Amino acid sequence: MRRRSNCYLLLTGALLLLMALAFGHASMVRADNTQVFQRRAELVQSLGLTDLCLFTDARYCRHPSMADRNTAFQDNPMSFEHFPSGSLFMPPPHLKERTDEVD
Amino acid sequence: MRWIEKQRNILDFTLGSLLRRRGKSLALLIVYSLVIFMLASVIFFTHAIKKEAAVVLEGAPEMIVQRLIAGRHDLIPKSYADTIREIKGVYAVNGRLWGYYYDPTNGANYTLMVDSDLNDTAGSIVIGKGVARNLPGDNYGAIPLKASDGSYLFLKVGGILPAESELVSADLILMSEKDFRLMFGIPDEYVTDITLQVRNPKEYTTVATKISQLLPDSRPILKEEILRTYDAVFDWRAGILIVILLGSILAFLILAWDRSAGLSVEEKHETGILKALGWETSDILLMKFWEGVAISLTSFLVGILAAYVHVFFFASGLFEPVLKGWSVLYPEFRLTPFIDGYQVATLFLLTVVPFTIATIIPAWRTATIDPDTMMRT
Amino acid sequence: MIELKDVRKVYNAGKPSEFVALDGIDLSLEAGRVTVLKGPSGSGKTTLLSLLGCMARPTAGRIHVFGREITSLPERFLTEVRRKTFGFIFQQFQLIKGMTAIENVMIPAYPSGERRAELKARAEKLLEMLNLSHRAEANAEWLSGGEAQRVAIARALINNPAVIIADEPTAHLDTKLAREFMEIIENLNGGGMTVLIASHDPLIHESPGVDHVVTLKDGRIVSQGAFQCS
Repeated sequence: MRRRSNCYLLLTGALLLLMALAFGHASMVRADNTQVFQRRAELVQSLGLTDLCLFTDARYCRHPSMADRNTAFQDNPMSFEHFPSGSLFMPPPHLKERTDEVD
Repeated sequence: MRWIEKQRNILDFTLGSLLRRRGKSLALLIVYSLVIFMLASVIFFTHAIKKEAAVVLEGAPEMIVQRLIAGRHDLIPKSYADTIREIKGVYAVNGRLWGYYYDPTNGANYTLMVDSDLNDTAGSIVIGKGVARNLPGDNYGAIPLKASDGSYLFLKVGGILPAESELVSADLILMSEKDFRLMFGIPDEYVTDITLQVRNPKEYTTVATKISQLLPDSRPILKEEILRTYDAVFDWRAGILIVILLGSILAFLILAWDRSAGLSVEEKHETGILKALGWETSDILLMKFWEGVAISLTSFLVGILAAYVHVFFFASGLFEPVLKGWSVLYPEFRLTPFIDGYQVATLFLLTVVPFTIATIIPAWRTATIDPDTMMRT
Repeated sequence: MIELKDVRKVYNAGKPSEFVALDGIDLSLEAGRVTVLKGPSGSGKTTLLSLLGCMARPTAGRIHVFGREITSLPERFLTEVRRKTFGFIFQQFQLIKGMTAIENVMIPAYPSGERRAELKARAEKLLEMLNLSHRAEANAEWLSGGEAQRVAIARALINNPAVIIADEPTAHLDTKLAREFMEIIENLNGGGMTVLIASHDPLIHESPGVDHVVTLKDGRIVSQGAFQCS
């Protein structure tokens, strides 16, 4: 009769090992990608880019950091979304927090 | 040693007990794992995106000055750059030319941008991988772009930006300044916005204030604000994240409530037998503890591992329909695994611990049952 | 060995459903004997067994087990005394369904922290003694009445108790199996085991292996066999 606790402890041990491997894998990939990050950062610097290309359905979704308060059909960053992507993220903090002095 | 053997003996019994209720135990395990999987996937994805943004956008311009008219972006005169250059501590003041182009043939939005390296090769463009994917065939040749005057500019694809940069360049079309101005009909004395650098980083806000004062219709944006934008992206307090979060929390609460609602008749009877056979109250509670741990720890580990594979090997495929929205052009990228151990530990404490407690507590009353009762059953 | 002095047991004291199960019980049980408690339903047999086996506490009076007073022992110590001294055979055996016969036998010893291999060996030996080795891996719900009873006996013996307590052990068995049960009890008693049985069954009362018979009625002892009493 195979002992149940042995099976369970083996399974848990295997899962924990996999988790440790995942963390190890993450660490390895991060180290491997250092060059990639550098090349990306260089491209960003040379072109003067400001945003990630995550959402391309609307201007304020494509360049949230550059968005103005009054994109077409929108009254303010807190108004209802017209594009699905806009519901995924908050308006940039500087649009909500900016004081009149700098705005 | 005796203590370890006792734990193992009780664990044996507990696992047998769970196997006797195979269907229910399996269903619980699956649902719990799914909840953890959802939560962990969201945590991994958002954390990785934020970290990538922080690393990659370090190269972003230190300050960008936009012009606003009636609250909307407008082109900014090049003469503004001259005014900005006069400010002490400011250098490398340059105009940027960029904009959006909607391609009606495939419904995609592109970001068009001037790359000064292409100024000597008017008529030639460099495109992002995402743009290339949206074009028919492999031999791209010349792409027709409709200009503001209704005519078509046929621009030859001279190169494709590397796939590894898709996260920042998937929708880019880089062109010469001449072609850009021709496309959009932008006069020579205007640019889209102005970038600049400041010698002393502590002077950013001061310089921004000065620019606002000197050019009242302008709006400076600091790099720090650009980076904070992506810290706020996928903030847990908003949007789809809070929907997923609330859904997952609700599912989890239902699970825990089901556990804490009390033992079934069968479970109570079993507990009574154990008490009559000489098990102490603490032994019964220990059994319940192992029951909670067996389910919640296994589910947690399975959920976390599945989430890791989902986000970092399958590029969050399940989230793609949500993230894509109405975008026709969607970048293909594999996120670098940035994992916040603190968040994983928090998820553990917020799920495994309460679930285990919810398993032990309802057993308390039954565990203190008078064994005499069993004699009379 | 086990001594009860002026023991009284009241259920639901102070409530309208108050019920005096036992009153004024004075009883001494010697080691190595087979004692039978008999009496009609509601006479207090099961309650007396519970008190003797440290499964319940008396409302009044004192109980001594092997010279140690257990009346006011904390629950933890009482449980330890119960586990080490007594082995129980319940009226409907109360085997756990879904577990094998051998697993059922081992259950009472799990909390002791004994090594499983040793525990299993002991359980196998007990099942062999009771001619049940071939059914060790059968699930409890697949056992016949007689087999279930023998598993219950083996379970009662796993912790090497000094006393076996059986509550109506033959209530669901035919005459043949009832006789087999008494044969097993007599064998155990022959090895020095003290046995306490509560039963209606005349077959048990009249069994040659029984040393003492205590008759109860309405919670009181009305007559006793050949053992010390006051």
